[in-house]
Amino acid sequence: MSSSLATVSYIGAIILFILSLGGLSNPESSRRGNLYGMIGMTIAVLATVFGPRVTMAGLPWIIGAMLVGGSVGLYAARKVQMTQMPELVALMHSLVGLAAMLVGFANYIDPMAALNLSAAEKSIHEMEVYLGILIGAITLAGSLIAFGKLSGKIGGKPLLLPGRHFMNLAGLLVVIAFGWQFMHVETISSGMTALTVMTVIALLFGIHMVMAIGGADMPVVVSMLNSYSGWAAAATGFMLNNDLLIVVGALVGSSGAILSYIMCRAMNRNFISVIAGGFGGGAKPTKKADGDAAPVGEVVAISAAETAELLLDAKNVIIVPGYGMAVAQAQHTVNEITKLLREKGVNVRFGIHPVAGRMPGHMNVLLAEARVPYDIVMEMDELNADFPDTDVSIVIGANDIVNPAAQDDPTSPIAGMPVLEVWKAKTSIVMKRSMASGYAGVDNPLFYKENNRMLFGDAKKMLDEVLTALKAQ
Amino acid sequence: MRIGIPAETLAGEKRVATVPEVVEKLIKLGFTVAVESGAGDAANCSDEAYRAAGAEIVVGAAQIWAESDIVFKVTVPSSAEVEMMRTGITLIGFIWPAQNPELMQQLAAKKATVLAIDALPRQLSRAQKMDALTSQAGVAGYRAVIEAANAFGRFFNGQITAAGKVPPAKVFIAGAGVAGLAAIGTAAGLGAIVRANDTRAEVADQVKSLGGEFVKVEYEEEGGGGGGYAKVMSEGFLQAQREMYAKQAREVDIIITTALIPGRPAPMLITAEMVKSMKPGSVIVDMAGERGGNCELTEAGKAVVKYGVTIVGYTDLNSRLAKQSSTLYGTNLFRLTEELCKTKDGIINVNMEDDAIRGLTVIKEGEITWPAPPLKMAAPKPAVAAKPAPAPHGHGSGGAPASAGKTAAIFSAAALLFLLIGAFAPPAFLGHFTVFVLACFVGYMVVWNVTPALHTPLMSVTNAISSIIAIGALVQVAPPLLVGLDRPDEWIRWLAVAGIALTAVNMFGGFAVTRRMLSMFRK
Repeated sequence: MSSSLATVSYIGAIILFILSLGGLSNPESSRRGNLYGMIGMTIAVLATVFGPRVTMAGLPWIIGAMLVGGSVGLYAARKVQMTQMPELVALMHSLVGLAAMLVGFANYIDPMAALNLSAAEKSIHEMEVYLGILIGAITLAGSLIAFGKLSGKIGGKPLLLPGRHFMNLAGLLVVIAFGWQFMHVETISSGMTALTVMTVIALLFGIHMVMAIGGADMPVVVSMLNSYSGWAAAATGFMLNNDLLIVVGALVGSSGAILSYIMCRAMNRNFISVIAGGFGGGAKPTKKADGDAAPVGEVVAISAAETAELLLDAKNVIIVPGYGMAVAQAQHTVNEITKLLREKGVNVRFGIHPVAGRMPGHMNVLLAEARVPYDIVMEMDELNADFPDTDVSIVIGANDIVNPAAQDDPTSPIAGMPVLEVWKAKTSIVMKRSMASGYAGVDNPLFYKENNRMLFGDAKKMLDEVLTALKAQ
Repeated sequence: MRIGIPAETLAGEKRVATVPEVVEKLIKLGFTVAVESGAGDAANCSDEAYRAAGAEIVVGAAQIWAESDIVFKVTVPSSAEVEMMRTGITLIGFIWPAQNPELMQQLAAKKATVLAIDALPRQLSRAQKMDALTSQAGVAGYRAVIEAANAFGRFFNGQITAAGKVPPAKVFIAGAGVAGLAAIGTAAGLGAIVRANDTRAEVADQVKSLGGEFVKVEYEEEGGGGGGYAKVMSEGFLQAQREMYAKQAREVDIIITTALIPGRPAPMLITAEMVKSMKPGSVIVDMAGERGGNCELTEAGKAVVKYGVTIVGYTDLNSRLAKQSSTLYGTNLFRLTEELCKTKDGIINVNMEDDAIRGLTVIKEGEITWPAPPLKMAAPKPAVAAKPAPAPHGHGSGGAPASAGKTAAIFSAAALLFLLIGAFAPPAFLGHFTVFVLACFVGYMVVWNVTPALHTPLMSVTNAISSIIAIGALVQVAPPLLVGLDRPDEWIRWLAVAGIALTAVNMFGGFAVTRRMLSMFRK
């Protein structure tokens, strides 16, 4: 295959990738979008393998590596549970980061890469290598820690080292200093020292950054790492002078950046403060000691049987799921209840807050897995105005995203965060294990509202009881 | 506490204050329930059914009135009933305190606590579940249409049959309150062409939503009179309204009038002239018969034929649908009981701090507390400072446009950056840079269109396509070598192979898991 032919194949692949992302604008076209992505990837790989830059001597290696990696990937894709999607995605980000690092190192020690380059071109090339490895290393380390946190192998609490911002700053300065040195070395082996030091610092930085971020800021972190893996690919593309990599990297990078932006907006926080970390940590007690913001009133508990009766009497029901539903694996029971109520003519809908769960769209996937029809699963903006006409709203394992303090109390740490206005329904029922506050450490005045009822217990167990009670009626 | 349900004594009244289904719920709240034998017979609720629901059946009203702590009634109690009443009980039912001052005195003398369901502050949204006026009016509106259909000699819906074409009946409904709206819905459901009018222009949408057509009076005046009722209108308006009614009377087959103004005789809407102008066989159902009627020729409680038009003036429309009326009424009272007994221990607490309860309570332990002070409608809260700006809906909009200063800053920073790149970077780099910047913009546009529901699949598919890094590794495995170059082949190959294997995990795993996820999204 000639060089030109390979290039046009790349263009075809680029178009297919763009169509693939475009297809996700609705669930109907998304399946075809995914197919476009696969075709694009196949074309890109084949055009490279049979292109001018790979000789047939490499074929056995390539096939072997592909077979090993591919079967691991397919196995993971088949086995993963939908509640574990955030972990899987984080793990996959780390692989992209690691691959970007490996390709960077391999490129650096390859004398062919810098052959026939002018001085300026050589500097730029070296900068690209340096940056590519830097981003790759941060992605790798950050994603691994995110994976650990999401899967519960590492505690969700933010780790706050003293003077952490200075440590990061010092790290950055060292990286820049070594970068300067790196671009002025004579031999590859002396450049390796700078490169290695930088890699170690980047890895430490990645670990430190994600360690400092609390469990429920994970949607931002996961989408940010998604973005980084894209930039890593783009940097690799610059390094290799390969437009396909640049375009795909830029697509993925901007996609992740937009997701991070959406997530931050949904929490009314800016990106820098999320990345700086520490939210929901120890700074709260002073605030609580004031006492004036503490909600007053009584918490009224309700039983599963009474919940079932309320649901049967209702015409409009909105269910607001949160991370607690994922933890309790309650989505299937939720679907059973939904089906039963819909058969009885109750209009059941789901209200999804953008940051519900541990990654963007997490709740949608769980509900889809449980076979809840997607046309009754609404975004926050779509149904927030409908709560006053709703008879019963049920909150399953969510807290901060339904906290009225975000609107009423300007001093609240979550003031201004858009929330689902469940308290405007005639009755709201909150399913919760205990009265503990949400991850933001903010007490929730919703629990004390007159029209609110608490259904204490494990979400799955309580929902099972509600379902039994519903069936008995 | 013990709740007593006496049989209704008013002639022709077939309703009962509670039904067996509600009895069960009352018992769950901790009450005991006693029902007078035969109380529910006319409403198809047998003594056995009450007994099965857990109620005690008592013979004779005297025992009910003497032994109960709380009595549920439908109609206004007669003086004979008040005589039988034990001192200090709680009575819940229709009282109409304005119309029945003597009754109020008698009840006060008995040291009773009286909750008049007709005195409910209806503008409270949480009072809706207890609103018996609404539930009873809804039933009456439905029955009015059924009575009209009964007296009318034709189909309601238009039909084309082998024997010829039947035009649909035209129904005009005067007054679109609860009863009027129920009548509109019922008549439209039967297939008639329905028109309706109300002095309150804001109900036009409700009329349309039930399948009716709103007929306007060509005169500018707003008729909302507080509490959801209409008020008395000016002479000019009435003139215009009469003309409109006269026109409708000539055109339609059926007129149902529901116009009532609280505390006043029913407004005269249909004159004898208008009745004369109607087609023979037409029907008028006058739901205001009890209060003088909306039609000049109405005879309360009877159906009469005048000038070939049947005029139905029944005042017992609710009793003609006794089971339905009783069930709804019983549920209203149950909701009220729930409010009175929040502790669910069978003991009521008449909490005068509660707006709804305060409004309902016309006598508290022998003291007349009617009328209740006007309800302070919660003043609209001052806009909360921290209220978030409504999030821009739809995608593709990245939020509100940034301020001019901010935009200028961003643009100058970008210009400076581009200037630097242009000054120092070699041409080859610039080509790639162009591609990079454009791709960022394409990505931005495309990704904003992704529906939030698919954000997780978006992440996994971008994950899969970021395995395109494999290409970087592929070209390093075994490139065509230049002779004489010192290249650490082994090292590079192993790094590259590892890179390929890692990206292959993503490539296959990412697409496969995306596919799995997307196949789960179904309608």
